[in-house]
Amino acid sequence: MSQHEAIVAEIPRLRRYARALTGDAVRADDLVQDTLERALGKWSLWRPGKLGGWLFSIMHNIFVSQMRRPRPIDFPGDEVLPDLPMRAPQGDALELRDLANGLAQLPVEQREVLLLVGLENLSYEDTAKALGIPVGTVMSRLSRGRERLRALLAGGEAAESRLKMIK
Amino acid sequence: MIAKTINEQELHAYADGRLEAARREAVEAWLHDHPEMRQAVAEWRIQNERLHHAFDPVMNEAVPVRLAAAAAGPVSLVPLRLAAAVVCLAVGGVVGYALRGETMPSPPATASLPRQAAIAHAVFSPEVRHPVEVGAAEEAHLVAWLSKRLGAELKPPHLSAQGFELVGGRLLPGEAGPVAQFMYQDARGQRLTLYVRRDTQDSRETAFRYARENGVGVFYWLDGRFGYALSGEMEKPDLLRIATAVYQQLNP
Repeated sequence: MSQHEAIVAEIPRLRRYARALTGDAVRADDLVQDTLERALGKWSLWRPGKLGGWLFSIMHNIFVSQMRRPRPIDFPGDEVLPDLPMRAPQGDALELRDLANGLAQLPVEQREVLLLVGLENLSYEDTAKALGIPVGTVMSRLSRGRERLRALLAGGEAAESRLKMIK
Repeated sequence: MIAKTINEQELHAYADGRLEAARREAVEAWLHDHPEMRQAVAEWRIQNERLHHAFDPVMNEAVPVRLAAAAAGPVSLVPLRLAAAVVCLAVGGVVGYALRGETMPSPPATASLPRQAAIAHAVFSPEVRHPVEVGAAEEAHLVAWLSKRLGAELKPPHLSAQGFELVGGRLLPGEAGPVAQFMYQDARGQRLTLYVRRDTQDSRETAFRYARENGVGVFYWLDGRFGYALSGEMEKPDLLRIATAVYQQLNP
């Protein structure tokens, strides 16, 4: 498979992750485009292996540096998922909005781990590599992120983690 | 035999379906006695399911052309030009517009045509759910719509004799305005796309030219105010046969 085909094949997945990460269709595609362009520029650095993981790590670096830049509104909050038809959300759409709102309220580092593991099915090791952190940090962020999202979706305050070391 | 201690990492690995059988059983046994954690693990699994339910549909959306173009990048331009120039020699004679040793790269107006067409083909031909915007069942509407948007009468050729049926068409952004893409499919599910661009300047008729980009073969030509490109992942002689049929129908 050529470079072009290999990268094109990853686009749908990158878009899915970026959509969940940013909560905004246009911003997500901007992020994907930046990622693709940087990946092509750095293509010589890619060693045959997991192309997806490498692209996620590039996307992570771009996303984090964008987040560091001051933005008037960091995250669109209630205006997530603007590609939905403009009518009162019902059923699936309502659930989608709740989930997107919950994700938006997670700290970025927890959101990234939760999505790479839960949505993209990366192994904990590959998630650690993509984010440039130790596996132990992946696990603690995963734990906090899941617990926080659970609390957010349940409509309550983020509960104290029940999950210390369990004997 | 079975460790009594279960740590939190293992609970997550269990929720994510990443434990080996032995540890999975150990965790299940442990969870049996810890209903509160059983509940938490069940909720983590539901979170994963909800994420997939919410965001998997993005995977089925048509990939925006700007992203496909970004993935193609500038690097493949050179091989494409080279391929086009080389293959022109081979094809020219077959079609009867021999280029006779012309090895100059294509002029800019035509250079981007096969590339854009190949990208559009690569993006939309694998689409299962949304291969076209308007299906062949609404051919009259398809013709009227695309003709209106391109500002000229436009009819998709019929390729039944070549074994291909019209699937439908879509409108795409081109470099200088709207572009139409018609999609065809044969009995085996193999797809062809005909990319039709309207140029602002009248150009002389050009020869059939051939380019191959990343497995997609493209025959393209200019004819008056239109640029045409037929793309398919098939052998050159087969694609040429169909391109010739397309050309003949467009120029009866």
